[in-house]
Amino acid sequence: MDVTLTVNGAQHDLRLDDPRVSLLDALRQHLDLNGTKKGCDHGQCGACTVIVNGRRINSCLSLAVMHDGDEITTIEGIGTPDDLAPMQRAFIRHDGFQCGYCTPGQIVSATAMLEELRQGWPSQLSDDLKNPELTDEEIRERMSGNICRCSCYPNIVDAIRETAEGAA
Amino acid sequence: MRPFDYTRAHAPADAVGAEARIIAGGTNLLDLMKLQVETPDRLIDINHVGLDRVERDGDGLRIGALVRNSDLAADPAVREGWPLLSKAILAGASAQIRNRATTGGNLMQRTRCYYFYDIDAPCNKREPGSGCGAIGGNNRQHAILGASDHCIATYPGDMAVAMSALDAVIEVEGPAGKREIRAADFHRLPGDTPQRDNELQSGEMILSVRLPAPLGGRQIYRKVRDRRSYAFALVSVAAVVVMEAGRMATARLAFGGVAHKPWRVPAAESLLTGQPPSPELFDRAADAVLAGARGQGHNDFKIPLLRRTLGAVLAEATQESK
Ligand SMILES: Cc1cc2nc3c(=O)[nH]c(=O)nc-3n(C[C@H](O)[C@H](O)[C@H](O)COP(=O)(O)OP(=O)(O)OC[C@H]3O[C@@H](n4cnc5c(N)ncnc54)[C@H](O)[C@@H]3O)c2cc1C
Ligand code: SF4
Ligand code: FES
Ligand code: FES
Repeated sequence: MDVTLTVNGAQHDLRLDDPRVSLLDALRQHLDLNGTKKGCDHGQCGACTVIVNGRRINSCLSLAVMHDGDEITTIEGIGTPDDLAPMQRAFIRHDGFQCGYCTPGQIVSATAMLEELRQGWPSQLSDDLKNPELTDEEIRERMSGNICRCSCYPNIVDAIRETAEGAA
Repeated sequence: MRPFDYTRAHAPADAVGAEARIIAGGTNLLDLMKLQVETPDRLIDINHVGLDRVERDGDGLRIGALVRNSDLAADPAVREGWPLLSKAILAGASAQIRNRATTGGNLMQRTRCYYFYDIDAPCNKREPGSGCGAIGGNNRQHAILGASDHCIATYPGDMAVAMSALDAVIEVEGPAGKREIRAADFHRLPGDTPQRDNELQSGEMILSVRLPAPLGGRQIYRKVRDRRSYAFALVSVAAVVVMEAGRMATARLAFGGVAHKPWRVPAAESLLTGQPPSPELFDRAADAVLAGARGQGHNDFKIPLLRRTLGAVLAEATQESK
């Protein structure tokens, strides 16, 4: 099965002899992009979050063959050690991690979350379903798909809020 | 995961009647395939068949089966006219999952019963005739209404609870043609065939969901669970209440987390309709909803929880405008 993925702007033609390969395993094992992490492999933790055609999804719950022609952004495409994105810098400044395992997923997820907010998407906290604002409660709700076992949540919220305010 | 063949459908006709399991978002099916709870030989990917728009349909809406949960919840027409549906969807799963999950797949999602997920445990739903691990076992999540001696599982979803309250209609197509099923009748009771979750026949595909004209009024989806976000319902209440001159002109209710299907009780709705709100009346409505309710041990708490949640929701829905 031939699959073309555009990952962080570069096109990759993959030949998969088995359709069972998840998008997550394709990124990590076929393309050696190890930034995206495997936590639960069942959609429960968010460590595997990537952005596909502008939307954050769990790459563990998707087959690579289902993404032929798709554009994917992983943590490697958000920023590099020499050229960190504002969200990455804010995570460092606010100490938004301890072991770091959930961090790539948190940063990718938060990046896409701010875009959802710019588009005015409601959350279950947005009472009138209109004009959502980025309160700390909203950040927590919108980031609930990313679990941190080290429980760095307060600092993650600070990092995201600062990045959002910086971009506003 | 067991090996399977993968094909891609380019139009609904490729998937209708196909001898293959449909995969849409994959967020439920792949989870279950990894655990070998589901072991399809063939998958047909319907992500490229269209059916991905929310369209006007008279005074109502037609929602394609491939519309993603996040798009449906954020759709301006849905937010304006059917806020209950947006709220129920946003109360479910996580942003990542809602971005992938589809309208059809959400309706078809399977139970979260722990024994159903554990292929070494007995489970009549997964393996008919093997027994039910949850009866006499761990049954904190399980049904208090409509259960059978064969299965006490709940339908875990949120979106379908709102659709049931809103009198939505599900449009399906099979080898014998198209037909419609009321959302409230789509999921079934377990009886002695718990392996069948709903009325969809083999070879049939969900094409779309139709919503009738907006009801207005106050629309509330209250979901009670173990944590505030990203957890399945223990009990959920979907309510639409239209007040006229101090009385409830319309009262629609549906309940999640308590049965093998979204639970609707017309008797409770007619009890409220035309009456002024009062705590006593809400309590009588709860009696009607809970007629025949039975706990299984660990889930006994759901009976008072449903009563109190309903009371709180009706109080909020009927209070004079804030
Ligand atoms: C960690 C986690 C938490 C979750 N929490 C919640 C929650 O709180 N509330 C909630 O409601 N849900 C929750 N979900 C479930 C989620 O909503 C479902 O997984 C999702 O809606 C399924 O949609 P899908 O398109 O991914 O379906 P798929 O996984 O692609 O398919 C599911 C089933 O539907 C069938 N199917 C799909 N489309 C069609 C069609 N058009 N016609 C006929 N059959 C079809 C498939 O054959 C399959 O059997 C959660 C899921 C996870 C992983
Ligand atoms: S409750 Fe239903 S799904 Fe759960 S073990 Fe019993 S038969 Fe299986
Ligand atoms: S690894 Fe994908 S959600 Fe946990
Ligand atoms: S930093 Fe360790 S899991 Fe989040």
